[in-house]
Amino acid sequence: MLYLSELIGLPVYDSSGKKIGKVSELAAIPAVPRPRVVFFLVRSAGDQQKRPVSLAVALKDVNSLSSSAIRLEVSQEKLSVFQPDEGLLLLRKDLLDQQIIDVNGRKVVRVNDLALEDRTVDHRMELWISSVDIGLTGALRRLFIGAVPRYWLRKLESQIKPTSIPWEFVNILEPDPRRQLKLNISHKVLANLHPADLADIMEELAPKERHAVFTTLDDETVAEVLSEIEPRLRPAILDSMGLARAADVVEEMDPDAAADLLADLPEETATELLQDMNREEAAELGELLEFAENCAGGLMNTDYVAVPASANVDSARQLISSMPELPENFTTIFLVDAGGKLAGAVPVGKLIVASGKTSLLDLRSDPILWVSSDSPEKDVVEMFDKYNLLSLPVVEDDHQLAGSITVDDIITLLCRKS
Amino acid sequence: MSLIKRWKVRIFILMAVVGPGFITGNVNNDAGGIYTYSLAGARYGYSMLWTLVPILIILIVVQEMSARLGVVTGKGLADLIREEFGFRTTFFIMLSLTAANLANVTAEFAGVASSLEIFGVSKYISVPLVAVFVWFLVVRGTYKSVEKIFLISCSFYITYIVSGILAKPDWLQAAESMVRPTISMDSGFLIMLVGLIGATVAPWQQFYLEAAVVEKGVDQKQYFGSRLDVIFGCVAMIVVAFFIIVSCAATLHVAGRRDITSAADAAAALQPLAGEYASWLFAFGLFNASVFAASILPLATAYTVCEGLGFEAGVNKKFREAPIFYWLYTLLIAVGAGLILIPGLPLVFVSYLSQVANGFLLPFVLLFLLSLVNRSDLMGKYRNSNGQNLVSGFTIVFLIVITLILFFLQFS
Repeated sequence: MLYLSELIGLPVYDSSGKKIGKVSELAAIPAVPRPRVVFFLVRSAGDQQKRPVSLAVALKDVNSLSSSAIRLEVSQEKLSVFQPDEGLLLLRKDLLDQQIIDVNGRKVVRVNDLALEDRTVDHRMELWISSVDIGLTGALRRLFIGAVPRYWLRKLESQIKPTSIPWEFVNILEPDPRRQLKLNISHKVLANLHPADLADIMEELAPKERHAVFTTLDDETVAEVLSEIEPRLRPAILDSMGLARAADVVEEMDPDAAADLLADLPEETATELLQDMNREEAAELGELLEFAENCAGGLMNTDYVAVPASANVDSARQLISSMPELPENFTTIFLVDAGGKLAGAVPVGKLIVASGKTSLLDLRSDPILWVSSDSPEKDVVEMFDKYNLLSLPVVEDDHQLAGSITVDDIITLLCRKS
Repeated sequence: MSLIKRWKVRIFILMAVVGPGFITGNVNNDAGGIYTYSLAGARYGYSMLWTLVPILIILIVVQEMSARLGVVTGKGLADLIREEFGFRTTFFIMLSLTAANLANVTAEFAGVASSLEIFGVSKYISVPLVAVFVWFLVVRGTYKSVEKIFLISCSFYITYIVSGILAKPDWLQAAESMVRPTISMDSGFLIMLVGLIGATVAPWQQFYLEAAVVEKGVDQKQYFGSRLDVIFGCVAMIVVAFFIIVSCAATLHVAGRRDITSAADAAAALQPLAGEYASWLFAFGLFNASVFAASILPLATAYTVCEGLGFEAGVNKKFREAPIFYWLYTLLIAVGAGLILIPGLPLVFVSYLSQVANGFLLPFVLLFLLSLVNRSDLMGKYRNSNGQNLVSGFTIVFLIVITLILFFLQFS
């Protein structure tokens, strides 16, 4: 196992034994699953005639690599000056001391050192990145290297339990979306994280890095993360996405979360977004936005399941199974009369055990609970507490069913207040 | 309806950005600051007032750079130093910052001790109690709710303005000092000058302000508001410093009391306003300022150091998750408070010394700040202008020259 910090600064000698300079950087191809080092960049010692330059030493030209020097198989004249290439990963510049996402630990961490694995294939040395050191060992190595003998340093390090992340769980951050593409960085694995965890990670990042990550994620994931992320960050995030993408993302969000988000935006921006959205969704959102934020109407979601009160269990089951997507936290179905007025609520659990011919009206919970859309938040919370509810229908003045509030909305509300 | 809503958004934006700069300014008028300004007035009368003009310019330029760096990069100063200058450099900066901030924390507890001594409370009781209180306040996460009380109590500084006017200072002489700078080459004067700069443009402040701006999530569009906030905070701070110096010059200096060794001495500057209650008023203000800064400084230091060195940090994490953060935070309070308990420690002198330590560390922090805000890859079109570079470059050179002169005076 080699460490990047130990390689940087090593003197390099050519085939004639002449010192060329010192290792200043390692360049790797961003291969999957692990990047492979292709060049050592050697900073030549400048003199009066020549300015110092960075020479590219291909790994195949290395004869031997020891803890004190690198010896080459070729002479200095054969080496060419390094041409910057955005598609190459520069280990020192792009990784060392930078932040990365630890997918396994679900957090943002800073790179103290890189561990490289060397293999000999056909008498040639190959170097691969194997893990990222984020712990005290890396920190001590960085601090003392060159100042105390290597032997002592290794001894000191062996006393401490290392903290490192295998490369498979490392997600690099590159603020420039164009270079991100060239480096083949995909944040696909992040989409497998729970949106709440991903939101925590995003909160830790700087705006540019956050934006770069969001460009690689699909609309649905971004929408979920946006619902979970700290509200004060949302306007800036939407802004950085551009109008078209922002409209796509907001369409994917739950209507109540989307309404909260739009309420925080400047009015012009919110209007532009609504105009860019799918007409049906925009109309729904527009209605939600009419409600004040701190009343039942502002809390409710328009994504709910309502069936005619005259239906029986079989037809209700059929209706539910034919839905392309169920609402989030689906615990209750609402009954409405022919005029769309609330007629009761049936817990989904009852639907499972009841026989197919039972009328839904016989299964409805008693008493029929509801709030009107202009009831204050406080009253809604009290009802959830008093009746131990999972969901509660919201009705308009004429008793028309307008939406539903679910218990997760209440928990978020209470957490924000405390 | 739409008009009201638009106004709501405006006010929201204003509230969101007016804050970090103002809070930073107020925290910085802490025990060390109050004592340093008082000493400057008592020892040198009006003659040091002129320094506040260049100090204000320096303060605004430096704070604005920190805030701008935070807004544009979205990263803290320690993060940026780490990313651009590597681990070892970061480590030594963090080490010096911790040492200087420990001196500052000690000064805050000196403020606690000396202010409560006026009410006859022994420092052996007051300091440990306040230390435990501050520790719990922050670790329990109740700090945010108390912050407003601290900020409101900061209006105590208005008493200095009133007292400064009531003392009937020699305005002519004060004005003359403002336009005709005098400088003396004796080491006392020079150390006072470094102390004044250190008291106003503290190194930790740059880290704190930038972190606060990033935390608020101020983006580039709101930067104008942020800049106003910074300027407002700086001006408010310097106005307070001005009146503290004037009050002390018009009372203590005129009466021939040239040294301040206790809170009671410094309180005499408030006598024109509060008469015999001056010492109570002073004690209350000093106590508030000390506890306010003592709640922020150790926490800000622990955050900055862990952020720069890559350790987990945050009061929302458990002790096991962020051991280094909690240990550092606890040690800063324990050692800072513990030092004050040494019998016979000259409290006012300790406070003053902490500001001088700030002044010595400042040029180094400024060097890093300056090189970062000049990077076009980081800042783009928000890079420093030549004027800004000139002011900060001059400050750095000036501070280094004074430091060298001081060393020279010590050894000759």
